[in-house]
Amino acid sequence: MFKYSLHAAVMAMAMLFTQAAMAQNAVPMPEQSAAMAASAPRDPALRPVFDQFSGKPGLVTLMDDFMVNLMADARTRPYFADTDREHIKLELVDQFCVILDGPCTYTGKDMERVHRNLGINRAAFNALVEDLQKAMDKNKVPFRAQNKLLAKLAPMHPVVITK
Amino acid sequence: MQRHRNGRTAWLIGLVLSGCLISSMAMAGDAAGSDSAPAFSNKLLLTGGVSQVEGSAGGGLTPWAVIGGYGTSDEIGANAFITHINLPDYHVNEAGAMVGLYNRVEVSFAQQRFDTEQVGAALGLGRGFTFKQNIIGVKVRLAGDAVLDQDSWMPQISIGVQHKKNNQAAVLAFVGAKSDQGTDYYVSATKLFLSQSLLVNATVRFTKANQIGILGFGGDKNNSYKPEFEGSVAYLLSRNWAVGAEYRQKPNNLGIAKEDDWYDAFVAWAPTKHVSLTLAYADLGNIVIKDHQRGLYASVQVGF
Repeated sequence: MFKYSLHAAVMAMAMLFTQAAMAQNAVPMPEQSAAMAASAPRDPALRPVFDQFSGKPGLVTLMDDFMVNLMADARTRPYFADTDREHIKLELVDQFCVILDGPCTYTGKDMERVHRNLGINRAAFNALVEDLQKAMDKNKVPFRAQNKLLAKLAPMHPVVITK
Repeated sequence: MQRHRNGRTAWLIGLVLSGCLISSMAMAGDAAGSDSAPAFSNKLLLTGGVSQVEGSAGGGLTPWAVIGGYGTSDEIGANAFITHINLPDYHVNEAGAMVGLYNRVEVSFAQQRFDTEQVGAALGLGRGFTFKQNIIGVKVRLAGDAVLDQDSWMPQISIGVQHKKNNQAAVLAFVGAKSDQGTDYYVSATKLFLSQSLLVNATVRFTKANQIGILGFGGDKNNSYKPEFEGSVAYLLSRNWAVGAEYRQKPNNLGIAKEDDWYDAFVAWAPTKHVSLTLAYADLGNIVIKDHQRGLYASVQVGF
């Protein structure tokens, strides 16, 4: 008896997943995806995470370490070698600060436009995530707090990974 | 008996040592090689799972929807593994390898050797009588991305087959199994809930296998495909460590001995992408004439 109700539950779950997936494919959400392309949205629930990143000064230090990692990594260096890295760091501080509900405003460029012609593949994207994880480890950001930020950044992958 | 135990202990120590050796080699390699652009292995740590008991990428007992190896959509990844399961009245040694192609297709091979120890003697088969089973697996990712799709509930979904061939046809016929070979079909959905640091997998497997094929396929009580549910939950403690639990429902086709569902609780450690160690406490329930088969599951995986 238990066995069959379990099967029913599994089937129901599978159907739910399928329907949710179809609904997502069927209904384009223009406003939301446009906002997503500009930057990830502010999430008030992440304010405690902002503190775990040691606020804006923490983000500044984090970005310094992150950029060092990116330049030391052969998989990511080509995308940053000929850029204004100081400017990119400032924009990233603002962007992460906004996502984590810090007292900042993101005035940088639209994420889709920035990444459009860079030809970034999944391997380079994952390499960047690793370099960020290493920088967060170095700055003693708790692993769970790291994942909460990454969960907000991950949905930007369709505009970043273009290859 | 004593010699047998010692042999197993030596085997386990060897397994752990070889894992440590490989991991330290791999770490040295990583330290030296971080400046050179590798052509593959660019998925994030532990997101490819480990090698499950039939050789597919997954948890210990259950395949996941992930494609094994650390290759992304432009890359090929490969893994090899050895696993030892140490139960009160039996032990299992197995080895296998898999190739992940472009994060789309996974092809795997595994060989299981199930040693009946004293039970073999008690059943008149001879002490240490061993069932050997070869398994070829193919898995295809259909949709979704377990890691990146963090703004939706959509899991990564894959379908797979595991074709199994057991080498003890005569004994299997004697216990009532209808065949010495069979094919399992499964669909898996895997989702990483990154904000919660939680990975969840659900698999439905259509199978006729008795004790995953060690006791053949189909039986006197039932000889048709039945859907069986399998689930895994893993909590990520850090980039390198995960703990979790699994459940695997199993059919009951043979009249001679009841078959129990399987459970385990595991800890997985991946010091680098090139190696992972998995230790689990597994409860495999009743196996033929012996109840309460609970013991240690240890697995080392190396990858490129």
